[in-house]
Amino acid sequence: MPDPLIACEQVHYTYLRGTPMAAVALRGVSLEVQPGELLALIGPTGSGKSTLIQLCAGLLRPTAGVVRVLGQDLWGPRADRRRARRQVGLAFQFAEYQLFEETVRRDVAYGPKNLGCSEEEIAQRVDEALRQVGLDPAGFGDRSPFSLSGGEMRRVALAGVLAMRPGVLVLDEPTAGLDPRGREELLARIQALHRQGQTIVLVTHGMEEVARLARRVIVLHEGRIVLEGSPGEVFAHEEDLHRIGLGLPEAARLVRLLQCRGLRVADALTVEDARAAIVAALRGQDRGPR
Amino acid sequence: MRQPFIEVTDLRYTYHPHTPQAVVALDGLSLSIGRGEYVGIVGGNGSGKSTLAKHFNALLLPASGRVIVGGQDTRDRSATLAIRRRVGMVFQNPDNQLVATVVDEDVAFGPENLGLPSPLIRERVDRALATVGMTAYRRHAPHLLSGGQKQRVAIAGVLAMHPECLILDEATTMLDPEGRAEVLATVRTLHRDEGMTIVAISHTLEDLADAERIVALDAGRIVLDGPTGQVFDQLSRSPLARIHAPPMARLAHWLRQDGVPLPPGLFTVEALVSALAALAGRDGASHA
Repeated sequence: MPDPLIACEQVHYTYLRGTPMAAVALRGVSLEVQPGELLALIGPTGSGKSTLIQLCAGLLRPTAGVVRVLGQDLWGPRADRRRARRQVGLAFQFAEYQLFEETVRRDVAYGPKNLGCSEEEIAQRVDEALRQVGLDPAGFGDRSPFSLSGGEMRRVALAGVLAMRPGVLVLDEPTAGLDPRGREELLARIQALHRQGQTIVLVTHGMEEVARLARRVIVLHEGRIVLEGSPGEVFAHEEDLHRIGLGLPEAARLVRLLQCRGLRVADALTVEDARAAIVAALRGQDRGPR
Repeated sequence: MRQPFIEVTDLRYTYHPHTPQAVVALDGLSLSIGRGEYVGIVGGNGSGKSTLAKHFNALLLPASGRVIVGGQDTRDRSATLAIRRRVGMVFQNPDNQLVATVVDEDVAFGPENLGLPSPLIRERVDRALATVGMTAYRRHAPHLLSGGQKQRVAIAGVLAMHPECLILDEATTMLDPEGRAEVLATVRTLHRDEGMTIVAISHTLEDLADAERIVALDAGRIVLDGPTGQVFDQLSRSPLARIHAPPMARLAHWLRQDGVPLPPGLFTVEALVSALAALAGRDGASHA
């Protein structure tokens, strides 16, 4: 197995430590992000997801434990934190609120410019990043980011992160607040990036998105990892998920309830799979003995 | 037919009028919402749904056309405060709506501004917190609550004003699954038990499953308006670019295409399970 891009070892984090307001956010989390994987991080509000990704990006220093990026301890004595941080591209929730430049091109160029790239390299990176998010550089480059639709603005913000060429792309609720078209376009782009080999960590409340996109799921609750596995494995723990305030994708819940009614329906996580499973079950029922 | 509470006639609204940035948000829209009705308003980003909602409590005034709320014209400045009291709004981000450092002070903020006597304020706050199931948190700091809890406190703050109508503008968008369920259940209770008029705006159509009626907007006009099941079936048959039917309505449609004789108007997991179990002769075999 190749070296993990990110490795957290027994990471703890407490906000406002040493004050009466101290709040423990993480209580010993260990995880690895492998090159090329699409990992979904789920958990109820306050479970520690946002704290964890900020630790991975080197924006917070763990109270205890070690965070490594490409094998390097982010807070070790000789750590090059700047270099490590560039490896972890963090797109915050409602990332379009952070757009500020007059043109799309200049906004996306902001990161690579700060990296000290040459003009030529900047232009190349901007064009590539815009194409990666499905925006034609010729058509969109000179427009004001504020003249775009919500979905397009979100994709410009994502292009700004991609232009840094991070080893890991961390997306915090990337589709929150987008309408169905904006959501579908963005999900398609995320899938395409993953197919091109981009390592992605997806933080989301959308169980449908987890079922569709993720290969591996980590469930956080009260600062600890409580479940981990493929979407099928994680969503098999319906009661545990309910107890911590999460649920199943609707298609999975439907199939589970049909099974409880005695229908022989195969497990399914997505609406597409549920359709096939239900049709097969009903046909089987017509043929088979009652 | 229910007595109308909100009547919109030929409403037009343009942002940045008479400038090169002018955007027509509402393009001659007419709509009547009955007293006690639960209406879902759907549409893509930029369809005009939030602009419309802001006209319901006089946050925006019509450029042309008319909005009558409970018999009062929103352009009548002397009615503005009364209208805002009658129509409460809850927005997307609960963090932007909470103002005090303790939950019950936050809920009391509105009635205090009405100049009500203290015992009456106390009573309203108690009742509002009980309605949203947050009484146990009355002495808590709002910023330490979960998203769903914060949003319920925001709703309690609106309820303490004793509104006749509650408008939810993407009020579940930023919440986790449990928070969404909490808020939806609270709204359901307000509608069923208190008879409150509810207008819920969302582009997550499954969050509107409790609505009796769905109004779909596109480019500032109404493109669909009807009973929830009918509109969802229609959207399943011919989806609009920016409005998709909820997943279970889509699944029911696909299954009908596959030859499964399902009745129309199915859009929740529970309804689809019952219908499929009945078809399979399993309706008597429920474990429930």
